Amino acid sequence: MDLLNALVALANFVIVPAVAYGSQLALGALGVTLIYGILRFSNFAHGDTMAFGAMIAVLVTWGLQAAGITFGPLPTALLALPFAILGCIALVLITDRLVYRFYRDQKAKPVILVIVSMGVMFIMNGLVRFIIGPDDQRFSDGARFVISARDFKALTGLDEGLAIKTSQGITVIVAIVAVALLFWFLNKTRTGKSMRAYSDNEDLALLSGINPERVVMITWIIVAALATTAGVLYGLDKSFKPFVYFQLLLPIFASAIVGGLGNPIGAIAGGFIIAFSEVTITYAWKKVLVYLLPDSLEPSGLVQLLSTDYKFAVSFVILLIVLLFKPTGLFQGKAV
Amino acid sequence: MSDTVKNTLLFAVVAGLILVTGFMQSWNTAILIINMGLISAIMAIGVNLQWGFAGLFNVGVMGFVALGGLAVVLVSTPPTPGAWSAGGYGIVLALLLGAATVVAAVMAARKLPKGRTQTLAIIAILVVGFFVYRAVFDPSVAAVEAIDPAVAGNIGGLNLPVLLAWPAGGLLAAGAAWLIGKTALGLRSDYLAIATLGIAEIIIAIMKNEDWLARGVKNVYGIPRPTPFVGYEIDLQSDPSFVERAAGLGLDPVTASTLWVKTGYAFLFLVVLLVLLWMAQMALKSPWGRMMRAIRDNEVAAEAMGKDVTRRHLQIFVLGSAICGIAGAMMTTLDGQLTPSAYQPLRFTFLVWVMVIVGGSGNNFGSVLGAFLIWFLWVQVEPIGLWLMDLITAGMPDDSAIKTHLLDSAAHMRLFTMGLILLIVLRFSPRGLIPEK
Repeated sequence: MDLLNALVALANFVIVPAVAYGSQLALGALGVTLIYGILRFSNFAHGDTMAFGAMIAVLVTWGLQAAGITFGPLPTALLALPFAILGCIALVLITDRLVYRFYRDQKAKPVILVIVSMGVMFIMNGLVRFIIGPDDQRFSDGARFVISARDFKALTGLDEGLAIKTSQGITVIVAIVAVALLFWFLNKTRTGKSMRAYSDNEDLALLSGINPERVVMITWIIVAALATTAGVLYGLDKSFKPFVYFQLLLPIFASAIVGGLGNPIGAIAGGFIIAFSEVTITYAWKKVLVYLLPDSLEPSGLVQLLSTDYKFAVSFVILLIVLLFKPTGLFQGKAV
Repeated sequence: MSDTVKNTLLFAVVAGLILVTGFMQSWNTAILIINMGLISAIMAIGVNLQWGFAGLFNVGVMGFVALGGLAVVLVSTPPTPGAWSAGGYGIVLALLLGAATVVAAVMAARKLPKGRTQTLAIIAILVVGFFVYRAVFDPSVAAVEAIDPAVAGNIGGLNLPVLLAWPAGGLLAAGAAWLIGKTALGLRSDYLAIATLGIAEIIIAIMKNEDWLARGVKNVYGIPRPTPFVGYEIDLQSDPSFVERAAGLGLDPVTASTLWVKTGYAFLFLVVLLVLLWMAQMALKSPWGRMMRAIRDNEVAAEAMGKDVTRRHLQIFVLGSAICGIAGAMMTTLDGQLTPSAYQPLRFTFLVWVMVIVGGSGNNFGSVLGAFLIWFLWVQVEPIGLWLMDLITAGMPDDSAIKTHLLDSAAHMRLFTMGLILLIVLRFSPRGLIPEK
């Protein structure tokens, strides 16, 4: 019984939140890694792209709610998601046309593109703040829990409850669907194959008649879709605040690099590695240990390795260790 | 038009903009722009040293600036009574133990033969070291933070003159930069960028959460001023000769005293800027500077010529970061308080980058010009945006939601404008206003 309680506590406080957070990071990291693979630079504006997409979702959600349209027990934001994706696609395509294409034609060095993406980051950040303001916005509705801690306790008779929020359940399901679609697209369709070919060897791809502008355009479309999805899911799970998305940049980059930049499978694995490390290292283990250890060994403190404010430090240290010992990431990424 | 004339004109334009501010808004605003412009110019020189001279992509400027601010608290504030005996020494001991653990782990990684024994030894050292560190650290911290938490709760400083804190800020930033450079400088350019971005966030996280160090988010107030160069307004207002002189200029004593205090800061900052600018110019012209640019332009060729690229990179990374640390210390002195939550990467890292790139990367004078121009815009975009919004919304009814929203959002025009300026300069004049020679 104690063992079961310990497992439930572990699932409730570590596994469920980490899986949801990991899915959000993985979706974000997939966007970063695709841009890196095809356009060959680290996109500092990715966090703000996520914020922009999520912002449109928030606005559309409000509109739908005002019109009396809801999605039953599911959050209305899911209905708004397609519109948000379209808006975000429009934004990144315009940005590419006005900004990035010029440097691509010039064959500018990647570091110049990174600086350019800093400028784009400023503009997107300004746009989001201009339209919706810098404050917290709530836009989640529908049922709050798939299963609440009290129901779980009544159902199983255990002392510990297991709560799964709707947003967490939706995050995982949507992430699985998005990733499945992405991999199907990359591996089975002609366009997807041409994208992978372009990423592997640009010159050879150009020689075999692949249109680079088309590849770039499709990459941006996919990236916008992934970024918006990640942004909306994160916003549903926590809350929508423009500045927080900027701060997500670090764990997202860490996920992409740990998995190997340019490698989609790596990005997903990296997302979960970062999420699980952040949560396990900043979780107070007392609750779990109380069940597992005999009374005499019961811990007096919280048994928390680091305070939650240092979660950035966790992703960063993992990033640094991987970079120092395996610079191409755990799954072979590319090194330019 | 020769380069000298053009550059003088550019500086004159920026000076003119600040003068216009003085006449149209207030001299207080103008001199505030000058003060922060001087500090920003020093930060820009630091970043220019790293990026313009050596091509190092450091986006952790905020972290070094914050460390400079921390140094001010640790040097110039009075020590908290009893804090050192209660837990200060324990904290130092714990930090030393932590450092020893890391050193031991690195030694194990270097000395022991590769294999499972090595891995196990490293893990064992780290785990044991961590728990020993926490066992010493936690009670000491609790003891220090328990001392008068409403006003203190930190170990305090050394009670030395605040001017000494400026070089100390440089040293603290240099030390951190050395540690970071040792681990991260071997990495490719965009990995280095992400590594420095992360380190800056961690430095801020530490300053926010380690209350024993500088009170965390409870902030430190009342940092002493660099007397006798900068006095206090109250003293000036009660000084009859000052009041008389102010009256002679047609100013009331309160305004005159605030202006006089800020002018004092401006002179101090100007001296520091001129010294650093002179040093940076000398470095640029010296064989060392030529070598740096050679490394920047072609690392492989420079290495083939026998230059130790990694060492030189480390050197310039430390120097540039130290300059940012000095600027950070000066800024905290000007503010008179340390507020860790005020450090935002957009403001302290990316804005400095905009300054360097707009001014002209690789050119020290360009960095100074860019710093003043961008800081002027950063301050003035808000009122200009508000004025613009007033104009746009003039025809709308007063109760319209769009009007209120537009007026409220004018404050956020800043970031948008900065991004736009950066992109326009990068596109149409990628070498900046004063290009590298």
